[in-house]
Amino acid sequence: MKPRLDVEICGVSFKNPVIAASGTFGFGREYAEYVDLNMLGGIAVKGLTLLPKKGNPPPRIAETPSGILNSVGLQNPGIDYFIEHELPELLKYDTRIIVNINGNTIDEYCRMAEKLRDVPVHFLELNISCPNVKQGGVAFGTHPDVVYDITRSVKAHAKQPVLVKLTPNVTDIKEIAIAVEKAGGDGISLINTVLGMAIDAKKRRPVLANIVGGLSGPAIKPIALRMVWEVAQVVSIPIIGIGGITTGEDVVEFLLAGATAVGVGTANLISPTACIDIVNQLEEYMVQNGIGDVNELIGGLRV
Amino acid sequence: MITSHMYKMAFLSEGIALNANPGQFVHIKVPGDNSLLLRRPISIYDVHPQTGMVEIVYQVVGKGTRILSGMNAGQVIDVLGPLGKGFTISREIKSAFVVGGGCGIAPLKLLMRRLKEMGVVVTALLGFRSREAVYGLEEFEMLSDRVLVTTDDGSLGRKGLVTQVLEEELQQLLPDIMFACGPTPMLKVVQRLAKEYSVPCQMSLEERMGCGIGGCLVCSCAVRTPDGGFEYKRVCKDGPVFWSQEVMLDEATIGC
Ligand SMILES: Cc1cc2nc3c(=O)[nH]c(=O)nc-3n(C[C@H](O)[C@H](O)[C@H](O)COP(=O)(O)OP(=O)(O)OC[C@H]3O[C@@H](n4cnc5c(N)ncnc54)[C@H](O)[C@@H]3O)c2cc1C
Ligand SMILES: Cc1cc2nc3c(=O)[nH]c(=O)nc-3n(C[C@H](O)[C@H](O)[C@H](O)COP(=O)(O)O)c2cc1C
Ligand code: FES
Repeated sequence: MKPRLDVEICGVSFKNPVIAASGTFGFGREYAEYVDLNMLGGIAVKGLTLLPKKGNPPPRIAETPSGILNSVGLQNPGIDYFIEHELPELLKYDTRIIVNINGNTIDEYCRMAEKLRDVPVHFLELNISCPNVKQGGVAFGTHPDVVYDITRSVKAHAKQPVLVKLTPNVTDIKEIAIAVEKAGGDGISLINTVLGMAIDAKKRRPVLANIVGGLSGPAIKPIALRMVWEVAQVVSIPIIGIGGITTGEDVVEFLLAGATAVGVGTANLISPTACIDIVNQLEEYMVQNGIGDVNELIGGLRV
Repeated sequence: MITSHMYKMAFLSEGIALNANPGQFVHIKVPGDNSLLLRRPISIYDVHPQTGMVEIVYQVVGKGTRILSGMNAGQVIDVLGPLGKGFTISREIKSAFVVGGGCGIAPLKLLMRRLKEMGVVVTALLGFRSREAVYGLEEFEMLSDRVLVTTDDGSLGRKGLVTQVLEEELQQLLPDIMFACGPTPMLKVVQRLAKEYSVPCQMSLEERMGCGIGGCLVCSCAVRTPDGGFEYKRVCKDGPVFWSQEVMLDEATIGC
């Protein structure tokens, strides 16, 4: 029998727990040439800001052992352009749409949530964890009080359920997660990239023009798993586990640690079919291990 | 191995051989080492549609290209492509200068083949470090009407920079169009000359890449906008070939 892959987050059902992570899948269009987007659990779109944003100068990417560093700096066409020109294309597909929003101020997040009120997307994802912008970004995600304020404020303006995307660049992820839950946040996405740096020893220069960037890929998977596990112990809202997932078995590990769904990021840069390959591998794993329903795995870690 | 640092590799891919345009690239997964996550972008050197054979020429500069150079015949390789927007060749073109430097000449072979098929009079201006770094010269000679070679040390052809010869040629005769590919300092001079002599010019750029298909926005290059500002375009999808008057090779471009 075909195993059941569907999961539910805040009353919204996903065909499978695999979501393309923000910033690694554009607005889906480029990937539609390679895969059937209808097969994805969901798509988190490229991080949006109130006004268009140019992003950082190149080079914006460096390869590190089993990882990559990026410093894109939230290049995006702005939320209005997204709603008018990109979203209609995306809505042709039967998948869940998560809109990743970014602001310099709490007010900007709220204004974006307002603009999305009457737009048929399924979730907002507050990115309070971007390491590549000068204002806002990660600064919002490192203090429990600020996390509480921003989550509460946006909740007051948002119609859709609100996921809060957390940065791993903190001492205690648990207190941040608790602040999200207390403020009424509907779910938690974690992790965003780990702040890092690469140096070209020959040129004696940083590889990235921005000097520092965000580390992602298999190199950060153990950090992500640990954080998902820790957060799952202290909150009861759903968790989307992200960080270094490249195989179906990686997904299983995140679900066992307590995630309800997962985000796949860097793997999309390696292969445009990564998300679908991972869904297929997950299904194969379940068949091989006699698991009839993916929900059995969630939080199923034996310790 | 075709020079001390350059390697040629051929692989079978009917899709790429049939669909490739000059200036497009393939995105290659380095086999055997999973810690090297990213694919390597390499220009399409030549294609043979009848056999499905695709050729690339590359320089060993780091881990990835070193592993590629150690591959044996018969091994399987994971390649995405053809990717990107290549050179645009309009029917009106009668004469062209094709300018290349070093390993940057790779995408020019297929371009010259197409130009020849269209009956365009082609002058190729190719610059190398020295005689040892020269490759593909006979093929370039067959595919063009005239080949002018320069080397930095004078060990083959003229001693000096390819852009010096380009300027002399432009003083003699203006082609309908120029195509250029090579290191950024060379492209900067070509860009200036294209402007001074009012010759339209397309140039192929390089930038570090992630996805190679336009989804991750890491491969940016600054392109002028009509309002006098600039925006970042994707080298992998909007390029790698751009019109020389639109790309900003010099300006300090700061994120905001
Ligand atoms: C559109 C395009 C076409 C290219 N065509 C050719 C070609 O035909 N022949 C050829 O020899 N080289 C070509 N290059 C350059 C080639 O991609 C790099 O030399 C190669 O990626 C180096 O990999 P490495 O692992 O050996 O080097 P490393 O320095 O170990 O690579 C580390 C990382 O940096 C990236 N990188 C390093 N140098 C470059 C570069 N110049 N451009 C882009 N990424 C780079 C690598 O892809 C990798 O992700 C092209 C680049 C682009 C963007
Ligand atoms: C190129 C790139 C761009 C990214 N852009 C965003 C973004 O706009 N918003 C966001 O919340 N996360 C962004 N991220 C973070 C990813 O969504 C993800 O959280 C992180 O990369 C860890 O997952 P991974 O290891 O599977 O890539 C980006 C990551 C990469 C590699
Ligand atoms: S490499 Fe991903 S957009 Fe160009």
